[in-house]
Amino acid sequence: MSSQATSRGRTLPPAGIPDPATPANLRRNAPLVPTDTTAGRSLAAVIAILTFLAGLCAGAAEMVAANAVQWQGDVAQEITIQIRPGPGRDVDADVARAATIAKAEPGIAETRVFSKAEAERLLEPWLGSGLDLSDLPVPRLIALRLGNTQSADLKGLRSRLVEALPGVASLDDHVLWLQRLSTAANAFVGIGVGLVVLVLIATGLAVTFATRGAMASNREVVEVLHFVGADDDYIARAFQRRFFGLGLRGGAIGAGVAILAFVLAGLLARAARSGPAGQEVEALFGAFHVGLRGYASVILIGVIASLVTGVVSRITVRRFLT
Amino acid sequence: MKSLLPGAERPVVQFENVGMRYGLGPEVLSDVSFRIAPRSFQFLTGPSGAGKTTLLRLILLSARPTRGLVSIFGEEVSSISAKALTGLRRRMGVVFQDFRLLDHLTTYENVALPLRVQGRAETSYRAEVVELLRWVGLGERMHALPPLLSGGEKQRAAIARALIARPDLLLADEPTGNVDPGLGRRLLRLFLELNKLGTSVIIATHDFGIMDAVDARRMVLGDGRLRIEE
Repeated sequence: MSSQATSRGRTLPPAGIPDPATPANLRRNAPLVPTDTTAGRSLAAVIAILTFLAGLCAGAAEMVAANAVQWQGDVAQEITIQIRPGPGRDVDADVARAATIAKAEPGIAETRVFSKAEAERLLEPWLGSGLDLSDLPVPRLIALRLGNTQSADLKGLRSRLVEALPGVASLDDHVLWLQRLSTAANAFVGIGVGLVVLVLIATGLAVTFATRGAMASNREVVEVLHFVGADDDYIARAFQRRFFGLGLRGGAIGAGVAILAFVLAGLLARAARSGPAGQEVEALFGAFHVGLRGYASVILIGVIASLVTGVVSRITVRRFLT
Repeated sequence: MKSLLPGAERPVVQFENVGMRYGLGPEVLSDVSFRIAPRSFQFLTGPSGAGKTTLLRLILLSARPTRGLVSIFGEEVSSISAKALTGLRRRMGVVFQDFRLLDHLTTYENVALPLRVQGRAETSYRAEVVELLRWVGLGERMHALPPLLSGGEKQRAAIARALIARPDLLLADEPTGNVDPGLGRRLLRLFLELNKLGTSVIIATHDFGIMDAVDARRMVLGDGRLRIEE
């Protein structure tokens, strides 16, 4: 090469036509901030663990919310009329009268009268079997199932029942139970959301410390980049890219493992459900089913964790540089 | 166009009564005044601890003077914006005594760094970088990471990195300190050639061998004061 080589006016090969002598396997654009360091791997692991835990919280909260909606739907579909036996009253006549009033209500799809024997059987779990309950004033029940098409006028039904059978009939539409269930479910979902937020804050703090550490250990790199003419924004972007990459890796691993855990737990729950105990558990706690929304929220948490990592590292680097 | 009157052109670097101290310590530089003319070549010398590195840092804008005025490329730097500072640094090339190559990047990537940070596409400078690497004798070493390079190879890589963006001002801190005398003379010829092409060159050195080889202005630092031997 001659001295002409460095003159300002020298001609270069046109863009797009590679210099034939340029090695084809030349590594050209490695990240400016070293990536595969122990600190980087540790940070990715921390983000993965935090994302995994946040994913579990979100999935569980989503599962509870979905089951609560299902329970509420099931419970709200049924209402009960209770007929208390009173001195000098014909309970069977009262029951028949209440059933007639209920059947006349347009929104009621089905009416089922519990016979005396059935009502007594309901008490068996508490009083034991083989007792003669004929002397006890056991209340009688009429279960009503609401129709889907037409909404029932429960208020009207209640007032008609009380009018026809004062002090004897009462209507229980499970409002109190529904309220409690809804409060419990909302509290659980609220705790889940709170935990997810805490985990994301923890991710942000972990990234802040990691970025500061990385800046300190890469002080030399930052200095050299400054001397060769990189501006602060360029340097911040280089660090942000590196940390976003780590966040993405950690977030993907954490979210992936969380999803895998839910799928496995779902399969195990399905296997266990075949037994009678499994059916009872399912009746009590609902089906183990995270659903698409649950999986989507786990993935979203992974993405948010990566974004938090990128943004927090950028802010930390900018502060460090100024 | 070269001016007919030397000194009539705007100096590349101008110091006026510059004083510099670190914290509350004694002044490392006192009342330093000088000008570096465009296309000039000079040595900066003096005993260890005389303030050579501090003076270079002031020119590189990595330190601010405690007092006095510093102008780089005609711009007074005391209240310079970050953007303008980057612009000025892009017109300078620097060879550090300890090279400061990035160990995780290949020789090629290190040399291409000043062009890369300008946001240029890699294809636009590839041939240029490969050409310069061959010129400084590192054509076969462009894949190597700096820890695998010899002292002389690192030196040449650092020089290539300083030259690649064709700076208007080249600063070199002990550029021949780690190489055998033969290579030292070759590097000196490289700097002289660069100077002929229009770059102002400041070489900080202890090496009288290379200073005696060139008839150039000597800026001698001693006890924080500057003496100029034309």
